Amino acid sequence: MKQYDSIIIGAGHNGLVCAAYLARDGQRVLVLEAAGAPGGLAANREFHPGFHASVAHSTSHFSKKIATDLNLAAHGLDKTANQMATIGLGANGEHVIVDRGALSGAGGDDNGAYQDYMRLMRRFADALKPSWMKTMPRIGGTGVSDLLTFAQMGLKIRGLGKKDMQEFMRIATLPMRDLMDENFDDELVKATLSWDGLIGAKMAPRSPNSAVLALLYRLAEDGNHSIPSGGVSGLINALAASATASGAEIRCDAIVDRVLINSNENGLVASGVQLADGEKIEASNVISAADPKTTFLNLVGVENLDIGFTNRVQRLRCDGYVAKLHLALNGLPGFTGLDKPDGRMIVAPAMDAIEFAFDHAKYGECPNNPVLEVVIPSMHGTSMAPDGQHVLSAHIMYVPYALKGGWTDAARDEMCDRAIDTIAQYAPGIREQIIQSEFLTPADLERDYRVTGGHWHHTEFATDQLLMMRPTYGAAQYNTPIPGLYLCSAGSHPGGDIVGAAGHNAAREVLR
Amino acid sequence: MTTTDPYAGERPKLTAFYPRAKELNIRDAWQVWNGYKFAECYYDGEYEYFCVRNTCGTYDICPMQKYKIKGRDAEAMLNRMVTRDVKKIGLNRVAYCVWCTDEGRMIDDGTIFKIADDNFMLTCGSPCTAWLRKAAFGFDDVTVTDVTDDIAALALQGPTSCATLKKMGLDGIDTAKPFDIQFFPFHGETLMVSRTGFTGDLGYELWIPTKLAIQMWDELYTAGEDYGIQPFGETATNMTRLEAGFIMPAMEFNEALRTVNLNHDQTPFELSLGWLVDFDKPHFSGRAALLEEKKRGPKYTLTKLDIEGNKPAEESYIYNDKRCKGKEVGYVTSAMWSPAVKANIALAMIKTEHLDDDLWAEIYYAKELRQYSRVARCTRKTKPFWTPPRARATPPADY
Amino acid sequence: MSHYDAIVIGAGHNGLTNAAYLAKAGLNVVVLEKNEYIGGAAVTRELHEGWHYSNCSYVCSMMRQAIHRDLDLARHGLILVPYLGTINFGDGDARLISYHDEEAAHLELKRHSPHDADAMHRFQTDLTRYSQLIRKTLMRTPPEPTSFRPRDIMEMLWLAKKFWDLGEKEIYEYVRFFTMSAAEYLEDYFENDLIMAAMASPGIIGTALGVYSPGSSYILLHHVMGDVDGSIGAWGLARGGMGAISKSIASAAQEFGAEIRTDSGVQQVLVKNGKASGVVLENGDEITARIVVSNLDAKRTFTRIMDKNDLPDGIYDKAKNFKIRGSSGKVNIALSGMPKFTEVPDNKYVNRGGQTFSGSLETMERAYDCWKRGTWSDNPFIESVIPSAWDPTVAPAGQHWMSNFVQYCPPELADGPWTPEKRDAFGESVISKIERYSPGFRDLIVHMEVRTPHDIENEIGLTEGNIFQGELTIDQLFFNRPFPGYGQYRMPVKNMYMCGSSTHPGGGVSAVCGANAAREILIDLRKPNTVPEDDFYDE
Repeated sequence: MKQYDSIIIGAGHNGLVCAAYLARDGQRVLVLEAAGAPGGLAANREFHPGFHASVAHSTSHFSKKIATDLNLAAHGLDKTANQMATIGLGANGEHVIVDRGALSGAGGDDNGAYQDYMRLMRRFADALKPSWMKTMPRIGGTGVSDLLTFAQMGLKIRGLGKKDMQEFMRIATLPMRDLMDENFDDELVKATLSWDGLIGAKMAPRSPNSAVLALLYRLAEDGNHSIPSGGVSGLINALAASATASGAEIRCDAIVDRVLINSNENGLVASGVQLADGEKIEASNVISAADPKTTFLNLVGVENLDIGFTNRVQRLRCDGYVAKLHLALNGLPGFTGLDKPDGRMIVAPAMDAIEFAFDHAKYGECPNNPVLEVVIPSMHGTSMAPDGQHVLSAHIMYVPYALKGGWTDAARDEMCDRAIDTIAQYAPGIREQIIQSEFLTPADLERDYRVTGGHWHHTEFATDQLLMMRPTYGAAQYNTPIPGLYLCSAGSHPGGDIVGAAGHNAAREVLR
Repeated sequence: MTTTDPYAGERPKLTAFYPRAKELNIRDAWQVWNGYKFAECYYDGEYEYFCVRNTCGTYDICPMQKYKIKGRDAEAMLNRMVTRDVKKIGLNRVAYCVWCTDEGRMIDDGTIFKIADDNFMLTCGSPCTAWLRKAAFGFDDVTVTDVTDDIAALALQGPTSCATLKKMGLDGIDTAKPFDIQFFPFHGETLMVSRTGFTGDLGYELWIPTKLAIQMWDELYTAGEDYGIQPFGETATNMTRLEAGFIMPAMEFNEALRTVNLNHDQTPFELSLGWLVDFDKPHFSGRAALLEEKKRGPKYTLTKLDIEGNKPAEESYIYNDKRCKGKEVGYVTSAMWSPAVKANIALAMIKTEHLDDDLWAEIYYAKELRQYSRVARCTRKTKPFWTPPRARATPPADY
Repeated sequence: MSHYDAIVIGAGHNGLTNAAYLAKAGLNVVVLEKNEYIGGAAVTRELHEGWHYSNCSYVCSMMRQAIHRDLDLARHGLILVPYLGTINFGDGDARLISYHDEEAAHLELKRHSPHDADAMHRFQTDLTRYSQLIRKTLMRTPPEPTSFRPRDIMEMLWLAKKFWDLGEKEIYEYVRFFTMSAAEYLEDYFENDLIMAAMASPGIIGTALGVYSPGSSYILLHHVMGDVDGSIGAWGLARGGMGAISKSIASAAQEFGAEIRTDSGVQQVLVKNGKASGVVLENGDEITARIVVSNLDAKRTFTRIMDKNDLPDGIYDKAKNFKIRGSSGKVNIALSGMPKFTEVPDNKYVNRGGQTFSGSLETMERAYDCWKRGTWSDNPFIESVIPSAWDPTVAPAGQHWMSNFVQYCPPELADGPWTPEKRDAFGESVISKIERYSPGFRDLIVHMEVRTPHDIENEIGLTEGNIFQGELTIDQLFFNRPFPGYGQYRMPVKNMYMCGSSTHPGGGVSAVCGANAAREILIDLRKPNTVPEDDFYDE
């Protein structure tokens, strides 16, 4: 008899969620993590002695259902995590602030318009919400449950009523710029509110088709960003504790070299994994929380896959466009016009600023004027930096994975400088406070976190790579062409961010 | 584009044998295949056909696509692409293969030449560059090179073909068994000869670096003069291949990647090529779909028909009742009067469940501009229409 | 004051088609045209003595054969002659000629990339397959998805079945085609930059998107899903210029009894008790009718010739937000001789097609970046054709006229309003680009007309000169066109219809919008249908 029912490759949050659900169902589960600690892109990173950060620096729509099911509160998740306001930094300290469902600081009618806008977006987000936790049916599948899922999704949309449904059909594919132009006047408001539709993807305000969906996906819960005490890795610790408590085993520093595949008269079947040191571990199911490209092209191997399928995996668009900046600071930076920089601060003065930053990245160049999102996680917990000192964490858009000429130390330093300069426009004294800085390009993220292209979502959050096409048909229901091999990462429906839905849904399919 | 002919870019390319072929093609009957000018016939299609069946003929296969596939992973890459087990191809042997999409629809057929453990040549009727690149992706050590223009190829087919090659000085060619490859020194280069062909008869294919093409032609034609050597074109090829029961693209099958309409392409099982699909070999593209098809049975089955009368059943519907009233049960893909067998032969796609029915072809034909039709009984044949023992005899007799 | 059964506002080709079918059904129809000439954007005018410019639209591919045949346009003087291949100019010396003959085209592609020459087979196969399904929807009225009327439900089911039958693989490919960028879509097939640029060029023509913008691959399809005599993707010219199309349809309409009044700009649509009842002309004349059909674009219809107070809530805002963006310019040039292009064979068949100055994907995208910044590129994308190479009627013998469609041209400039000097500078960017590929080109110029988006708008009334009467993005396609809830040609005011390219299936000289609208109008008026079913070569 095999030692394990299920092996999960990768202890990122989706791998842990999947492991916890399987273990709770009584499976013998082994989670194998290549790094020294679980967490993936949400893992704690001590980038300077005493200074900690994680690549993912806040959570906004982690599934409440999963938190409840896995009893994360009992495993140390701080439910009262500080909610952060989202602050669009303006020139001369004239900021716009979105906090607890209200917009303030905007000119004209925008503060009021925000209420109408949010009411509608909330309706749409709620209508879509159940889909994120479902397995998308296979098109052409004849199962009653497949049709039923479609019917339920259709009914949810129809349930919006004629007027809202028509509006939904229209705005669902709008570019952020059009959506914002229709609703708001203030450029800073537009840029700030479009942020969550754009970040992490190869999309700019003028890009149609999937930005609104990304925004609605991120509104699935209440849409507020927060940082659990101890940082985002606090959530990871709770997930790991929950999984372990249910009997799952987590092995770190265990690099999976390949998925073991046997064949029988019906074809291939996954039978376990082989580690880099040659150790073979057998299991009935192998569930990969690695990104789809890594899973199929490196761990499975093309010789075990059909050519058309391989080609679809090969052409998945996985180039990341977000870089990460970590600063160790000797004190709390002062931001012009802010009492306390404890919000999520967005530096994007106008829609065009975002668009033009993107224009460089299209050609593999770094933006002259990057747009970015800044938080100071050390204001939300004590463990991230030594007393009185602080950590600044920023996502920088749009920094291309495939830089023309390749990423050199000089190129990285130059982009890092540009990012710090940009922040310094709003926090004038910050340069003098820097003890240490770390700049991670998407290429660095790929190397350090084993995620193809350093892409947040493992593969682009684009219409043709969503729903029953994520990552591609034939592998979009968490199972794969190879029986016994499953996917549970951000590269599967519904997608990336710290949500856990892919891990949750994959566990359901494994247990089916 | 510094050329004196402003239409050069629009004109078909010429093959390595064109200077000789042009002189012999007194009918000026040309077609274009993969962008190359090639002969429909040289003198008379039926005459050339009888040369192949009676003496020997040459067919210019330069336009056929040729790819060198080399490297440590070449075998694994090919094995995952085609449905046959490439591991089982012996050294200096040729194997007829098909390859399919993930859905098990046939992309093309062709031959694989195993020249060394890490050196193969693939030939096929249409360009396959893009698919080969997809197929090679993910293998560390394999290179695919299109050598279509580097290697001139000439088929020599017919009962006196072995004698001609012997006369040309290819000692030991008579020991080559069907699908064997032999190599001969030729003016400082290597002439590769395979005992392969598309006529169902004794025959060889000659592969030579392009720069020596004319020299090879001349030596071959000198050697073959007393053995009735004659160039033949597309017309004669199509007749001989149909007698042999070989399939032809755009006749029996539509290349899957160039098929617009759903299910207007074919599977190997539909083309009666199930024997080429090996489910015991390592994984290959389309395996799951083909296994399902094998269990379910193909919708159509390519069938050889002997049809009463002498009117070729081209483009005919096949019915299972003599009055042709009900729904048709199949359609003819290729048909002709076989001069050698003296039979009215055809290949037809018949719905598998009707294979054992009485089959009738509804044939339309013209007589001095007036249109006629007749219904003719069809008899299924399991063997090729033309299978002379000499096709397989080793050593072949000097006919 | 006069009274008609129907008033059609705007004598563009769709308005004329609509009028023809309404008249054919026995209605008393008048078409009102603000200009002294008819045709709208399908027009040919003698703007320099001896030269007849088709100064807006310049090529015909979408025109439905069913309408051509049904209205007997051949008898009314229309003949469409297909292109014979196009020259695509690379950034440097590279040229890609799309030869008419398939084998020659294959060899030409192979010269650039053997891989792409092979991949082209699959690309064209796939494109043909995608266009098949979409073509089936062209001459059908889109269903309203929120409706419970049996007709809408049946149509939704018909569509759902068509899609479902395609199977998983095809649906996936459809979604890719509908939502991806032209560049990313093409990169899956091809490796050669010029080949990709040549294939991508239809993806940006007339749209405020770039080749890297998601959604541009659908535009590509929209431009190539037409056909000439069943050859899908083929483009052709109308003998006598694009105006010949409008003239022949007008002639057919008049034969059915429709009246066409030029110099009759409509000031306002009259609405009484929530119903359209007629129009007031710019000269103050009032004309009443049972129904009013607007062939103007959706934005112009609802914001310019209708009173906001006559419209239901929200419609005015929808019209204001309707995306109809100026992105293209047009430079029409009279030439004293046939220009010679470097690195292009002097082959008479090659000249009987277009010239596409696309360069590379990056060149095209950078031109778009300029547009976003409110300026024009000094390296624009130009799609040209010299119709006089095979149409003897449009220029004096031995002399030529060249249509140059320029992508992109911003309607508003970042550095202040358009001036004659700026317009000249924009024209110069086009000439100097062509001159780069055709030394001496400048010396051949006899006369030239440069048109920016607002020039086109001011002349023919097309908002911002948008050639599609509204962007072809998903939010404005099919049942969303022009706005959700109004995808069936009936407008928010009773007895008011739209028949222009702002309606399904969108822009292009197809005559479909006008015909589809007529079919819906005749249903409402309980008249027998006079609009033909489409005839599909690919069924």
